[in-house]
Amino acid sequence: MKKILTTPIRDEDLEDLNVGDVVYLNGTLVTCRDVAHRRLIELGREIPVDLKGNAIFHAGPIVVEKDDGSFEMISIGPTTSMRMEKFEKEFIEQTGVKLIVGKGGMGPNTEEGCRKYKAVHAVFPGGCAVSAATQVERIEGAEWRDLGMPETLWINKVREFGPLIISIDTKGNNLFEQNKASFNARKQPIIEEINQQIRFIK
Amino acid sequence: MEKQEAAQRLTEVMTKFTGYVGKHLPTDVQAKLKELSAREDKPLAKVVYQSMHDNQEAAARLNRPSCQDIGVIQYFITCGAKFPFIGELEGVLREATLRATREAPLRHNAVETFTEKNTGTNTGSRIPWMDWDIVPDSDECSIDVYMAGGGCSLPGAAKVLMPGQGYEGVNQFVFDVITSYGINACPPLLVGIGVSTSVETAARLSKKALFREVSSSNPHPDAAKMEKLLEDGLNKVGIGPQGLGGKASVMGVNIESSARHPSTIGVAVSTGCWAHRRGNIRFKSDLSYEIISHKGAAL
Ligand code: SF4
Repeated sequence: MKKILTTPIRDEDLEDLNVGDVVYLNGTLVTCRDVAHRRLIELGREIPVDLKGNAIFHAGPIVVEKDDGSFEMISIGPTTSMRMEKFEKEFIEQTGVKLIVGKGGMGPNTEEGCRKYKAVHAVFPGGCAVSAATQVERIEGAEWRDLGMPETLWINKVREFGPLIISIDTKGNNLFEQNKASFNARKQPIIEEINQQIRFIK
Repeated sequence: MEKQEAAQRLTEVMTKFTGYVGKHLPTDVQAKLKELSAREDKPLAKVVYQSMHDNQEAAARLNRPSCQDIGVIQYFITCGAKFPFIGELEGVLREATLRATREAPLRHNAVETFTEKNTGTNTGSRIPWMDWDIVPDSDECSIDVYMAGGGCSLPGAAKVLMPGQGYEGVNQFVFDVITSYGINACPPLLVGIGVSTSVETAARLSKKALFREVSSSNPHPDAAKMEKLLEDGLNKVGIGPQGLGGKASVMGVNIESSARHPSTIGVAVSTGCWAHRRGNIRFKSDLSYEIISHKGAAL
């Protein structure tokens, strides 16, 4: 059975989630990436969307604005979450966001934010932007449009949005850090082995 | 054919082909992904490959760019000096980018450097990027369209090694780049490696290596051997789809090289993500064309 999170997400909804679990989302998902993080944290501007109990998506979509002023989501996929690492702990603290969706892992700053303020980071498979767009029921609004299409805060109503693979849980476990440690442990012996066979300069 | 009429026809074809490349993966990449997906047994790896598969189907069905990041558009042109419309090509490809951006539609990705403004058209100074190889006696023209997103452009790196570091140094460099930056580049990756005399020659060759088919081999036996060793070695690291762990890290490793200065080994790495959107189209002098990269493609 699919495990589904519904916004507003409560602390207890996230308690039992562990890294590597797969979940889906129903409710509000707001795109939020580099400049939006910078505006809130570094420039101290108020973010024009209430994110408490909601989810953000590190993503820059392709959106079509129709003649009647409504929007259609064409393609929306995750961007590299690590770029937001610097801001994410304070971002979670200030906004009360519960689910951060992106691509690849995040670092110790986000781990701490997730542990302290009970939030999780999850990855949506990168490059699967059309699937994701079909899971957006409608775009309910757009803020900070001066930032251009990729950076605008697009407020989406989503249905069974996923798969979302939990990469940082509320205990602060970090799937990508664990993976990276095992990749690095395997790497050097493989390099040595290859070196034996490529002494082409004699 | 009149030059103007020819330019119009070329623009039409290249507009459609540019849009098409953003929506469909080349035949060799599709086959490779299928093969890698069948080899996985870990649940998370399977979930990701399934999502990739569903996404490509949805992109074709809904006629949309399969990944939102269509990159900064690049054209690698291999043009016969006697191709009658060689002088028209630059204007044609610029116009094709503008039109494909509106018609496909493509995300606006060109930010003018120093002005720091998104141009909103996917064109800008020197963009779309055009790279030229001129073939002396031919009257045909082959164009590779390439869309590399930010994620798979970020691992790009180049360095000049000392000869004492040898091919072993190349090996180390490739592993370091892929294990530290490859995870965010949407693996399984296609790894392009240039081995040459300086940074820019190696970098260009590493990019050209990405236009070879994923399972192709360098004609030189030792280069081919090194491609295979690196492919198997990187796979043993077990990065898996999206860095979540699995049997494959890469779709393939392609090496391109040139002769070099005796005291340098220039090495560069370029990476293509699983959504490796490259397309190859070849025009004859009468502008009849063939699409090489996508079997059965119709524009
Ligand atoms: S790395 Fe490739 S598949 Fe992943 S988001 Fe970027 S362009 Fe898309």
